[in-house]
Amino acid sequence: MIPLSWYLILSAALFSIGLFGVLARRNAVAILLGIELMLNAVNINLVSFWRYNDPTRMDGQVFAVIVFAVAAAEVAVGLALIISVYRRRNTVAADEIDLMKW
Amino acid sequence: MTAMQIIFLITAAVMLGSAFMVVTTKNLVHAALWLIVTLFGAAVLFATLNAGFIAVIQVVVYIGAIAILFIFAVMLTRRTMSETGAGLNPNWWLSAAIAVILFGGLAWLLRGWDGFSKAAPALPSGFDSVGALSQALVSPEAYVLPFEVASVLLLAALVGAVYIAFQKKGEE
Repeated sequence: MIPLSWYLILSAALFSIGLFGVLARRNAVAILLGIELMLNAVNINLVSFWRYNDPTRMDGQVFAVIVFAVAAAEVAVGLALIISVYRRRNTVAADEIDLMKW
Repeated sequence: MTAMQIIFLITAAVMLGSAFMVVTTKNLVHAALWLIVTLFGAAVLFATLNAGFIAVIQVVVYIGAIAILFIFAVMLTRRTMSETGAGLNPNWWLSAAIAVILFGGLAWLLRGWDGFSKAAPALPSGFDSVGALSQALVSPEAYVLPFEVASVLLLAALVGAVYIAFQKKGEE
C-alpha cells in the first residue's frame, strides 16, 4: 500500500509548479493554467486525507466536489474577462494590461 | 514494492513532467494539452485512492469541460501571443526560487508531522463510497447547504461570464 507521504509530497510539488506558473508566465491564460494545477494539488490532498483518516466520513470527497464547482466557476469568469480584455486592448500579456498601474 | 506503488510512481512522474511542460511551453495550445495529461494523472490517483466518483468527474468536468474551455480561450486570443517573445517574465528566476522555497518548506513541515507516513485504513467490507458521498451531499445533517450554495455560485458565475464576454452591437 502507498503511504500517505507520497501523495502529500506529490501534491506539494504540483502546487509549487503551479505557483511558479502563476508567478512567472506572461500570458493571462497561462496564469489560469497554473491556478488549475494548484487546485488539482489541493484536490489530491483532500481525497488522500479522506482515504487515510476515516473513509466512512465523506468530508474530504465533498470538499473535492465543491472545489470542482468553484474551479469551473473561476475558469468561466476568468476566461470571459481575458477575452473581454483581448477585445479592447488586443493583448493578453499580463504585463501589458497596465491601465491601472501606478 | 507492490503494483500499486509502481502505478503511483509512474503516474507521479508523468504528472510532474507534464505539469512542468504546462508552465514552460511557449505554445499555449500545447500547454493546455499537457494540462490534460496532468489532469488524467490526477484521475488515476483518485482511482488508486478508491474515490471512483471523483475520478470520473475529474475526467468529465475537468478534462471534458474546463480543459476544452481553455483550448477555446487560447484559440480566441492567439493572434499576438506566440510571437510576443518570451513566455516567461524577465525575472522568472525569482518565481522559481519562491516555488522551490515553498516546496522545501512544505516538505520540511510535513516531515515533522507524526501522521506523515501513515498507512491507509482498510475500507469496511461492502462500503459504498459513491452512495455515502451522495447521501452526504443531500443530507441536511451534512452538506446540503454548501452543495446548494455551490450550485448558485456556478449559475451566477456562468451568467456573469456570458455578460462579460458578450459583445454589444455598437462596439466594433
